[in-house]
Formats: sequence, structure tokens, C-alpha cells
Amino acid sequence: MQQNFEKPKDIRQVDKTIWEIPTSYKKGMLVPARIYATKKLLDGMDNGVFNQVTNVACLPGIQKYAFCMPDGHWGYGFPIGGVAAFDSETGVISPGGIGFDINCGMRLVTTNLTFKDVQPRLRELVDTMFSTVPSGVGSRGFVDANKSQFKEIMEYGSKWCVENNYGWKEDLERTEGYGRIDWAEPEKVSSKAIERGMKQLGTLGSGNHYLEIQVVKAENIFDEDLAKKFGIVEPEQVVVMVHCGSRGFGHQIGTDYLRIFEGVMKKYNIDVYDRELACAPFQSNEGQDYYKAMACAANMAFANRQVILHRIREGFSKVFRTEAEKLEMHMVYDVAHNIAKLEEHVIDGKKKKLVVHRKGSTRAFPPHHPELAKIFKETGQPVIIGGSMETGSFLLVGTQKAMDETFGSTAHGSGRTMSRAAAKHQVRGEQLQKDMEKKGIYVKATSMSGLAEEAGFAYKNINDVIDAVSQAGISKPVVGLKPIGNVKG
Amino acid sequence: MNINNDKRKYEFLENVAIADIAYEAYGKDLNELFENAALAIFELSADLKTIYAKGKIEFQLDNEKIDNLLYDFLSEILFLKDSKYMVFNKVKVEIKQNKKYNLKAIIEGDTINPQKQRLENDIKAVTMHMFEVKKEKNQWKARVVVDI
Repeated sequence: MQQNFEKPKDIRQVDKTIWEIPTSYKKGMLVPARIYATKKLLDGMDNGVFNQVTNVACLPGIQKYAFCMPDGHWGYGFPIGGVAAFDSETGVISPGGIGFDINCGMRLVTTNLTFKDVQPRLRELVDTMFSTVPSGVGSRGFVDANKSQFKEIMEYGSKWCVENNYGWKEDLERTEGYGRIDWAEPEKVSSKAIERGMKQLGTLGSGNHYLEIQVVKAENIFDEDLAKKFGIVEPEQVVVMVHCGSRGFGHQIGTDYLRIFEGVMKKYNIDVYDRELACAPFQSNEGQDYYKAMACAANMAFANRQVILHRIREGFSKVFRTEAEKLEMHMVYDVAHNIAKLEEHVIDGKKKKLVVHRKGSTRAFPPHHPELAKIFKETGQPVIIGGSMETGSFLLVGTQKAMDETFGSTAHGSGRTMSRAAAKHQVRGEQLQKDMEKKGIYVKATSMSGLAEEAGFAYKNINDVIDAVSQAGISKPVVGLKPIGNVKG
Repeated sequence: MNINNDKRKYEFLENVAIADIAYEAYGKDLNELFENAALAIFELSADLKTIYAKGKIEFQLDNEKIDNLLYDFLSEILFLKDSKYMVFNKVKVEIKQNKKYNLKAIIEGDTINPQKQRLENDIKAVTMHMFEVKKEKNQWKARVVVDI
């Protein structure tokens, strides 16, 4: 019963790293599809990507191109790595273009510790993180918010956390949109979503979510000046990276609205190739309700990563018997990679408001973009691309070329090439844990089979993904980060 | 392919959704189909052998369309997992068809405790990707992709 798609024969190379599928490929395509990838990555992509990205190209109001980033792979509805922008007056919004894990994203934090300082206490550090930042099935967080507090979290995101002593004031300007989306409306969220997610603030989740301790290697500093401006000041410096999202709260909002949208498509005369592409006009009641509910989930996710940062600071402080301030545990940045936002972009020489969907794609705004905080005006926006837990991650920066070509978007991770089941056939979690330890990575996981599913070989080579975005010019590498300790959800 | 039991209840499909998990569930009638589709979700969440059912939850749903009923039923289980903080290993479903399909379900399980149960995937959602319920010859069949 597998779906077999062929790689389109009429895919055309537009540039070294840009591949275009014309509108003639499929009935209903309103714009061509463009895939950003090196030849090697393109050849390795599962053919479902081509089907899905061209399905997206059929959605009403889509502008310029339906994009897929170099880490793209087969998702549900939209491909993972999908970017699509819709006219805010005539276009749609689609939960499938955001994903169930609304505002799944990355957060990067520095320390002034070096590998030498951390290595002797690495186990203790990872074990501390493992016990203070719960992960896995049904985990509950340490922030015991009541309903009225949770409502404030939905509205204020990270701002609520900082006001309630779960963070530093400076954390906010280092978060996408200051960690708060101001069009959130808790009334648009079901009581089920609240019930499901209220106790999960401060948890990682499972799947590919993680908390990782990483080290900067001299040979992985690609732009020393920018690295310093972002707080990466020397080789051997230790940093911490977090990957997680809005937990059951966001998942329930996604589920609720997917069902609502499916029921109203007929009314709006919208026909789609895949049920997971269910959508509604952005200006319709349903479209606006989802946009406001989605913002609540996005705020919860910012808050989730913010309180997790609080735990990380506490943990380091306890293990090294030094205050987090003295350990200089400053945030580099926090960025979403599953979200839709109303943004201004230039179409045919004119500024236009568009609903930009990024599903497994990171915003990559250039220097002087009006939405960036003052501290990033000259540098551009930090971009965090997380690799598999074995291979390493990258800090990059946004560029004007991303703004001009991909609605200010770039890749988000390494992208899977192997299914979860296939990965489990190749390695057992216990063995992988031992192998990783030999490589100098101490990993702790709630589920051993879950660990096996996340083995490095199940992913594309992150270096290939970074090469592709770098060659395409849609973001610029600053520093590569090597994992040494990992808490896996 | 993981074929559960001598009588096929459900089967995990390996190359359908690369980052997620797809399965097919089977049943001689709708009740059995729904029960088996739920069991697959239970197994993805925790090792069933490590769960000793101590609590019971009953719920009812209705829908005009059978596929939407299955979607809501499986989504309800995910909601109950998080909100009641439980993993499940037993399920009983009774579906009656009047004007709509009316479903009554009882699921049994235990409070989550990583010391007691071997926990697996924290499933995010049931997707509509390739989602399907159909009758083939004398057997009901459902295809489900869950977001991990």
C-alpha cells in the first residue's frame, strides 16, 4: 500500500542549489515549486517531497513559489522543510503548513565554561538536566500553573516567565518576536487543549526533541567576528541547545482545527489533494480563529523553552556551585521552525502582507530588518539548525538573499532519510548509547527504542544541509557545535 | 513489518511516513477495527506487558462519517493520555449505527510511572495524512499516520 511517486522528469536546475518543478507538472498548480538543495541532497530526497511540495503549490493565494528547504523530507500535507506564503486578503492558512507541534523551535545558550571545566562533571550535569527537565510520555513540568496563570502564558509567552522569575530580562530580546505573539486569543483555544497541556510547561516531549550540551571547536568557527557578537567567544567554549515545542497543548490545537477546517472547505469551495492540507481563507472566521489559537500555542512554546532555560541555569549553577550570571549563561537566540506569521515581503516590486508558513523551516531575517531587536540590527538574525544527536548542530545568520528569495526562510535541521522503524532494525538503543559514549557523547534517554530511532545514520549529513543553505546564500554559517552530552526525550 | 498476533490486529508500515509512524489496523467489524486501531496507539506509547490496568475511562462520541469517528476516537485517547496522565492496554468499543454512528468506549490503563512502565513514544497527534477507513471483502481496514 505504499505510495510510490516518481521524481518529476521536468525538474529544472535554475541555479547551483535551486531546482524548479513547473506548473505543468500537476493539475491545479498556481505557482512552480522550488527545492533548495545540492545535487546530492536532491538525489537523496524521498519522492514524496516532490508530490507534497507541488500539492502546496495548488493552495489558493500562494505567492511566487512553494518551497522546500535542503533538509526537506516527506511529512504530512506539507513536506517537512516546506515554506509557503499566501496573500493575506485572498489566500489561505493551513494547520498542515505549520505542523501539530506549533512553534517547535530551537534555543541556544552560552556559558563561560570550557570543555576542560565541564568534562569531569559531564555525567552529573546531564543526569541533573535529565531529572529536572522531564521528557517522554506524559511527563509533567515543574511549573504548576493554574488556569488563570496558563491563560496569561497563552497571551504573554516568555514575558510571563521573566515576570515570574523564570528568566532574565535580556532573554526576551534574544527570542523571536520577543517571545510573545500579540495576536493570541485564549478564547479561541478549546478547554481540552488547556487540560491537555497545562501541566506540561517545562517538559521536552519525545521524538526528536532534546537538550544538548555542546562544545565549540576552533575549526568550526566560520565567522569569528559574528560568533563573538553572538556570545561565542572562544574555542572549547561550552553551550547548551534545546529543541522542543508546545507539547500536548499545541498538538490539541492542531487536532481541533484540522477537524474544523476539514468541515468548512466545501463552504469556501476549496479542494485539496491531501486531507492534511485542509485550509480556510485567512480572512474567514475559522482562519482567524486558528491564527489566534495558534499564537497561544506559540506563546506556550516560547514559555516552555524559557522555563527549561531557567532549569538549565539552575542545574549548571548547582553542579558548578556558581551563579548562572557568573557562568555568563546568556541566550544566543530562540527561534521557531513550525509557525505561520503575517509578514511584509516584496512581490513584483511592491510590499505586500503575506501569511508565511514555515514547517520545519527557520526564519532567517537579514541585518536591519525592522522586526529584529536592536542587538541584531547590524548582525542579522541568528539561525539555529539542529543536527542529529550524533553529528552536531550549527549557528548561522539570516541574509538579504533569504529575504529576496525564500520569504526570509532557511533550513531547520538535518532531515531524516530513514524511517523510525528502519532505524530500530539497524541498532538497539542500548548499543547506540554505548557507541555514542565511546565517541565522547554521554546520552540519557527515557526510551531506548526512541533513542535508536534518532540514531545519526537515520538523518542526512548536516554538513550537506549547511553547504546547501550556504551556497544558496539563504543563511551564512557562523559556528558549528559538537555534542558532548544529550538528554533525549 | 511487525505483524501482531496470529490473527492480524494491526501492522506498522515502514516506508510511509519517514519521521512519523504509519500503521494499518484490521477488524471483522467496526468494533474490532476501532479496538485494534486503539491497541496500536497503546503499543506505540508503552510496552503493553508493563502496564497493569488499574483505572478505567468511559467515553462516548458520535459522527456521521466513520473515518471522522475513528479520527476523533484515536485523538481522544491521546487527549486522555496527557490530561489523565495514563497509559492504556485494554479497550472495548461498541458502535451503533442510527442516523449517525454512536460510539461507546471503555479504555483501561494505569497512571504513568516510568519506574513501572516501559514508555515509548509520546505521540503528538493523529494526522489526516492518507487517513482512511474502508471495507475490503469481509474485513474492515484503517490506515493511520501518527505524528511523533
